[in-house]
Amino acid sequence: MYTTDMSGSKKAEAVAEDPAKVAAFEARVANDEFIEPKDWMPEAYRKTLVRQMSQHAHSEIVGMLPEGNWITRAPNLRRKAILLAKVQDEAGHGLYLYSAAETLGTSRDEMTEALLSGKAKYSTIFNYPTLTWADIGAIGWLVDGAAIMNQVPLQRTSYGPYARAMVRICKEESFHQRQGYEIMMHLAAGTDAQKRMAQDALNRWWWPSLMMFGPPDDKSPNTEQSMRWRIKRDTNDDLRQKFVDITVPQAEAIGLTVPDDKLKWNEERGAYDFGDVDWEEFYAVVKGEGPVAKERMQARVKAWEDGAWVRDAARVHAEKRAAAKLAAE
Amino acid sequence: MDALATYALRLGDDSLILGQRLGEWCGHAPALEVDLSLANVALDQIGQATHFLNLAGEIEGAGRDGDKLAFHRDVMDFTNCLLVEQQNGDFAQTIARQFLFSHYQELMFAALAASKDARFAAIAAKAVKEVTYHATLASDWVVRLGDGTEESRARMIAGLDWMWRFADELFEMDDVDAAALAAGVGADKAALRGAWDQRIDLALADATLARPAARRPVLGGRTGRHSEHLGHLLSEMQFLQRAYPGATW
Amino acid sequence: MSDASKEWPLWEVFVRGKGGLSHRHVGSVHAADAKMAVEHARDTYTRRMEGVSLWVLPSAQITSSDPGDAAALFEPAEDKVYRHPTFYKIPDGITHI
Repeated sequence: MYTTDMSGSKKAEAVAEDPAKVAAFEARVANDEFIEPKDWMPEAYRKTLVRQMSQHAHSEIVGMLPEGNWITRAPNLRRKAILLAKVQDEAGHGLYLYSAAETLGTSRDEMTEALLSGKAKYSTIFNYPTLTWADIGAIGWLVDGAAIMNQVPLQRTSYGPYARAMVRICKEESFHQRQGYEIMMHLAAGTDAQKRMAQDALNRWWWPSLMMFGPPDDKSPNTEQSMRWRIKRDTNDDLRQKFVDITVPQAEAIGLTVPDDKLKWNEERGAYDFGDVDWEEFYAVVKGEGPVAKERMQARVKAWEDGAWVRDAARVHAEKRAAAKLAAE
Repeated sequence: MDALATYALRLGDDSLILGQRLGEWCGHAPALEVDLSLANVALDQIGQATHFLNLAGEIEGAGRDGDKLAFHRDVMDFTNCLLVEQQNGDFAQTIARQFLFSHYQELMFAALAASKDARFAAIAAKAVKEVTYHATLASDWVVRLGDGTEESRARMIAGLDWMWRFADELFEMDDVDAAALAAGVGADKAALRGAWDQRIDLALADATLARPAARRPVLGGRTGRHSEHLGHLLSEMQFLQRAYPGATW
Repeated sequence: MSDASKEWPLWEVFVRGKGGLSHRHVGSVHAADAKMAVEHARDTYTRRMEGVSLWVLPSAQITSSDPGDAAALFEPAEDKVYRHPTFYKIPDGITHI
């Protein structure tokens, strides 16, 4: 579901590399060639990729929780099946991304460990709570909408396994945003209570959705390098602007109001001017101070710890059967 | 409701309640791949529930559809078997429930696929493919957990022990079943028991587990006499429809 | 036993999209045994009618060529142009060849 750029203010560390190899690598990437797992790559490229892909994967997995919160309360059978299928897709997407990251030599267990210990980050958006059914609509519409905008360009990212995972993910995600907007459409045309629910959800999810594109370009020091390496294809601010321009008319079409006093069409720019994102809140949430950050981590840790005996049992069983087979031969 | 409508309702309620229970796992399974597996099983069950409950409403002819039946009945009008409403517990308990139920469901749908009523036959013919996989998946896990570590073995035994008393209800034949059978629509559930026993015993043997001791069966689900668990499940599942009467979603 | 060896092994997954096509690599899953790997591959990679057949094999069992050898392995084929039909000039008017 998405990859917030959470690189913060740290510059990637420089490691001494063979300049000829680096030059050849940079030339390949500049030429839009794909880099594959066994190809030579600068250490910083490998590290940045593992960090970005694992953050992306973690976001998918943690992202299952806010929506999963409503599977058992979905209002009818159709919505229940759709939501379950969607949340399951997020599990699949996490899996594809972990698989892609594993090709760079980091195991899924290592990445999981980094998530559960708080070392690894995930998208800040999932640290906000889903309070009403309308939140499921808002997440599909806004959060998946923002995610798609981030992800579509990554289908052409320079690292082959990442690009291939993104192709699969984008194909599968195409229904996610639509089902969310459909929920909102229905609520916005419903009873007064439903309209209120829809507007309240838009009010709460709008700004966190804008934060999903990451810090402003002048506060995103790795953007230039990431763009040169084709592991990022557009700047944060460009994507954010694009999202606002596309989404505002969608809100208007169903009679909902975007919660931004400064929002105004700028004829000259051919784009919307909009208010300032609360970056203090963004950085606080990145650091784990989101409203339900603790609950999210608690849920992941519990699932992992409760599942340990199951994973052990299957492994031990496989070893027993393999040994028995060997003995019989 | 007449016998045939009730018959469809029971099939739908079984799938609905099990689908609801499995949905609770989403995001919390022991491994990412297992999360995907459980969600697939849940989605199949919700699909079956939708078909059978819509059919029940259609046969009833009182203007109720699947959603009306799923979200606007109270506990005493639910006709699912007690097995499917049992709580997930740990993964072994969930697998025990799935194991006992999926083998029953596979035999049941295979029989129903030959129903004289084309509507039942069509749903069953599609669903039998789904539940055949569920039965395999559940059996494989029973074997892994039963013949895994000491801990998994103890948990698998406890899970089976919890669920075992609800197995007899699956094969119970009452007036509704007799009427459906006589009409050439329903299956002879009692006759499925032998094949079910064989399948269960085969998997248990592979899992190096003993069949739990026979015990006094707990019955009542088909006539609305449920465990305490179902009321809580329904209050969660039906929340929106109850809190916002008349709204559509 | 080290933590790394506690992880279920990685399996590469190949799907046959439909009859007549060859199996194509689609990704990987973790699984404790081969049967579980097939089940996980089914539950992960064929949820949208993507296939009619699956192969799984332990990732550790794959031997791949070394990218460093790519020049020696693959470039010598570049000048064997006579292996391609377009290399041969056939006069106009000669058909079915």
